[in-house]
Amino acid sequence: MTSVFGFPIPVILGQLMLGLVNGSFYAMLSLGLAVIFGLLGVVNFAHGAFYMLGAYAAYVALDLFGINYWFALVLAPLAVALLGIVIERLLLRHLYRLDPLYGLLLTFGIALIAEGVLREYFGSSGQSYPVPDLLQGTLNLGFMVLPLYRAWVIVASLTICLTTWFVIERTRLGATLRAATENAQLVQAFGINVPLIVIATYGAGVALAALAGVLSAPVIQVNPQMGSSLVIVVFAVVVIGGMGSILGAIVSGLVLGMVEGATKVIYPEASNIVVFVIMVLVLIWRPAGLFGRNT
Amino acid sequence: MKSARVFYVALMALLLAAPWLGVYPVFAMKLLCFAMFACAFNLLLGYAGMLSFGHAAYFGFSAYVTGWLVTAQAWDSGTGILAGMLVSGALGLVIGVIAIRRQGIYFAMITLALAQLVYFVCLQAPFTGGENGLQGIRRGKVFGIVPLHDDTTMYYVVLVIAVAVFLFIRRVVHSPFGQVLKAIRENEPRAVSLGYKVERYKLVAFVLSAALSGLAGSLKALILGFATLSDVLQSTSGEVILMTLLGGTGTFFGPVVGSSIVVTLQEYLSDRVGAWVTVIIGVIFVACVMLFRRGIVGELLARQARRP
Repeated sequence: MTSVFGFPIPVILGQLMLGLVNGSFYAMLSLGLAVIFGLLGVVNFAHGAFYMLGAYAAYVALDLFGINYWFALVLAPLAVALLGIVIERLLLRHLYRLDPLYGLLLTFGIALIAEGVLREYFGSSGQSYPVPDLLQGTLNLGFMVLPLYRAWVIVASLTICLTTWFVIERTRLGATLRAATENAQLVQAFGINVPLIVIATYGAGVALAALAGVLSAPVIQVNPQMGSSLVIVVFAVVVIGGMGSILGAIVSGLVLGMVEGATKVIYPEASNIVVFVIMVLVLIWRPAGLFGRNT
Repeated sequence: MKSARVFYVALMALLLAAPWLGVYPVFAMKLLCFAMFACAFNLLLGYAGMLSFGHAAYFGFSAYVTGWLVTAQAWDSGTGILAGMLVSGALGLVIGVIAIRRQGIYFAMITLALAQLVYFVCLQAPFTGGENGLQGIRRGKVFGIVPLHDDTTMYYVVLVIAVAVFLFIRRVVHSPFGQVLKAIRENEPRAVSLGYKVERYKLVAFVLSAALSGLAGSLKALILGFATLSDVLQSTSGEVILMTLLGGTGTFFGPVVGSSIVVTLQEYLSDRVGAWVTVIIGVIFVACVMLFRRGIVGELLARQARRP
């Protein structure tokens, strides 16, 4: 069997593939975080909570109403995005003119509320969500047998990330959005409804997080804590990638997921911390982040 | 100013008499401990304007260090506490050097991520007891003289340390160093342009804050007799932010008020409402940010200032 530094290649490739699944979630979450930060100047600490709510929305939909995975994939993000928009209108929008730290603290409080409420109703233990029938089975890649569902997660999230990137960087709507990010007042003066753009952006960012939650539901145990630990890793991803760049967020999410996977083979004890260690190295070498602009 | 002096004298008298007023000493010590923690945190957020989202790292890690030294290595409690404080100060130096490379929101995210790193180290390190944490930490004697087994004796030891910490922070805040910190908080580029080595000031503030948080953590380990993963968890970092915010960021007495409220609330609610404690903490967070960003003491001071 061929090997690199004493680690068999199929094992490494297998872990890289699984890392790519995690990386897909990092990419979707950091993408949403970057989009929201770009326009609203808010670091959305509740992002992990929205991810968790997305997974629970899918779980409840199936358990209570018998709504299947494919409908949940559309409905859950919509429902969570609606909640996000309500929060933005009621609370968040009053903080835009203040120090961005207040936005962080507010969304942290919201994350606590969401986590506490769900823990009260569902308990701390995880709920399992079945893999949809269509995606049962496995895919033989030669070096590993990949469950079909995980392959679907990679394909789906890549598609979503690239679509988002395309919309923001290559369409008229995206151009308006980027203009509003640069100078909201000027864009408003051109007769464009900036508050509406803000609402739509926040809603879209939240929907991305919730969609990642639905996608992850069959892979992991759905539990109230699933978001709070993930959001910290995503913060590190965003610091590494630099928050100014959409593509940077996607690429660093995917790559860091794979690095984490590789670490699971090479030095398993460090797999939890490797992203943070990389963050430290990036901060020493390029404080603005790999794709970030110096501010 | 005169009324403030009367207030502090009355408070001191109350604290000295607390064991005879029927206050449960362990609870009183816990209050003092978290008051120290919040004041140490406020030194950073309130006076230097730096929001660290990872202060649990210093608090929790030094709880482990002191607990392990005093129990497994049979160190003297006094040196154990000092060692915990030194180690968390050193940890603060390492994390501070990295984190102050970015400002504002990034600084918050970096400190949060690095604290999570410390959490995973605590989870896997050989001396922390993993998921179980350290149980049955001995209180021992301070410098071989003062035995801490008795709750009332320990209360006075903690009180002396707490008062020393408050006076120290007061001294720091009112020193020229503290003035420069405030200048950095108000306008960092301007402080740079005036020739101050801003990064050095920030780093010193960060290390001081980390070391004092560590002191609070060490004492907590001795008071309650255990050090667990929840001390290093992000929720603890969040709580100390809430204590400071609720009491009043940048006010001297605010964190004491805020921490007393939060600790009392947790003590009172934890067996009654279960998971709702998290929800209540979250609601207070939201209320603080939306309704009174100056905090309780800050609002009172502002009201007083408005009065002719």
